[in-house]
Amino acid sequence: MSEMSFETALRALEEIVERLESGDLSLEDSLNCFEQGVKHAARCQELLKAVELQVETLLKQQDGTFGVGKLEE
Amino acid sequence: MKFPDGAGALSVSRLVGLIKDVVEENFMQVLILGEIANFSAPASGHFYLSLKDDNAQLRAVMFRTQNRLLRFRPENGMQVLCAGRVSLYSQRGELQVVVDHMEPQGQGALQVAFEQLKARLAAEGLFDAARKRPLPTFPRTIGVVTSATGAAIHDILQVLRRRGAGVRVLLRPVRVQGDGAALEIAEAIADLNLHGQADVLIVGRGGGSTEDLWAFNEEPVARAVYASRIPVISAVGHEVDVSISDLVADLRAPTPSAAAEMVAKGREELERHVDHLLLRLTGPMQSRLVVLRERLNGLRRRLRSPQERLRQGGRQLVDLQRRLQSAMAQRQRQAGNRLGLACGRLDALSPLATLQRGYAIVFDAQGQSVIRDAAQLTPGQQVRIRLPRGRFCSRVEAVQPLEDGPLDCPSPTAQVPGSAKSLD
Repeated sequence: MSEMSFETALRALEEIVERLESGDLSLEDSLNCFEQGVKHAARCQELLKAVELQVETLLKQQDGTFGVGKLEE
Repeated sequence: MKFPDGAGALSVSRLVGLIKDVVEENFMQVLILGEIANFSAPASGHFYLSLKDDNAQLRAVMFRTQNRLLRFRPENGMQVLCAGRVSLYSQRGELQVVVDHMEPQGQGALQVAFEQLKARLAAEGLFDAARKRPLPTFPRTIGVVTSATGAAIHDILQVLRRRGAGVRVLLRPVRVQGDGAALEIAEAIADLNLHGQADVLIVGRGGGSTEDLWAFNEEPVARAVYASRIPVISAVGHEVDVSISDLVADLRAPTPSAAAEMVAKGREELERHVDHLLLRLTGPMQSRLVVLRERLNGLRRRLRSPQERLRQGGRQLVDLQRRLQSAMAQRQRQAGNRLGLACGRLDALSPLATLQRGYAIVFDAQGQSVIRDAAQLTPGQQVRIRLPRGRFCSRVEAVQPLEDGPLDCPSPTAQVPGSAKSLD
């Protein structure tokens, strides 16, 4: 769960909300769904809460591979 | 006129050589104004054309090394000002202008080049609206192709910091102006695609002259933007500047700052979207739980525990015991009363009670039978008398069998002493 990409978590969350809103789930299923949904939402929010800007430069080496370095601003 | 003999005649080569010297020495630097005709650009890379006006025309060539620097592509009918020299092409004996530089007349070269490339790329479909992709919903890594020292990267970082967008900016530094800048930019776009970590690219630079912004109007950049698998935001110069890369890109931002705003805005919208989803997730769940809790409470109220029933049974038992006891006590009392009553009535029937009222019972001498009729008696007969208290023996003095009639009782003085003897 903690490694899930934002897009995946968001899509899963959207699907869960729609399933819950369709209203034809048993209580147990909807509780399971709900629990999953809360986890996905938490993952999304965790990713959204990152506010630290990370600045790097992409450098191309002689052999054509890439390196990443800090940008001196 | 006598035709001279061959002595002193010039060979063709010699003449051409002489003319060549004259021409080339006198027209080393010329400016020619004319219209392009018969333009051709074979595989060698050299341009061959004619320059003409209403009355004359002249062959011209523009060699690869020079025409590579042209920003526009010469076309037939185009009025141009050419700088170059006049040369004689010895093998053919033809005069030609060797063009070093060419400028379109009327519009500037850059404008012409821009319009030409625009028309060509439009025809190829590079600007088609249908192929423009939306920006990713959640860009986490933003590839930036611009100068490491220019205003663009500074503005982009400032906006992203101000908006608190916690993204990773991956700058691929390039020269954004001067010779070779377009190729560097194109390569950088390709590199970011190869590297594959950026979710969106911002390609651009801050404001400058048309000349400064030119690299973004060049075909290699347009091709690289078109080929990018990663969506591209083009942000070149100021609001008013529209570049070819703007037209090819998925999204055009008026400035680099605006491009950063677009990226950050997407994030904010996303935060709201997630908040909204969370509300939609918890709201109905909570109300469903409230309803269920109500039902549960209702059922719990209706569900009596066996303990309660036991307590109730216990209370019932105690009650019944009490009722049993009191009923028993009552029955006992009633029985007691009846016994008393019966005893009373028995008492009333008892001869002893009658005796109490002053009666006595007369038995025969044996005490076997009760004498009820005086006729049973004879004078001198011994009888036994029962009194309420005590008994005695007596002797019959006289008998009067009838109810009324005189009874001759002897006087008390005639009583024989000792006649009343103890019965025991």
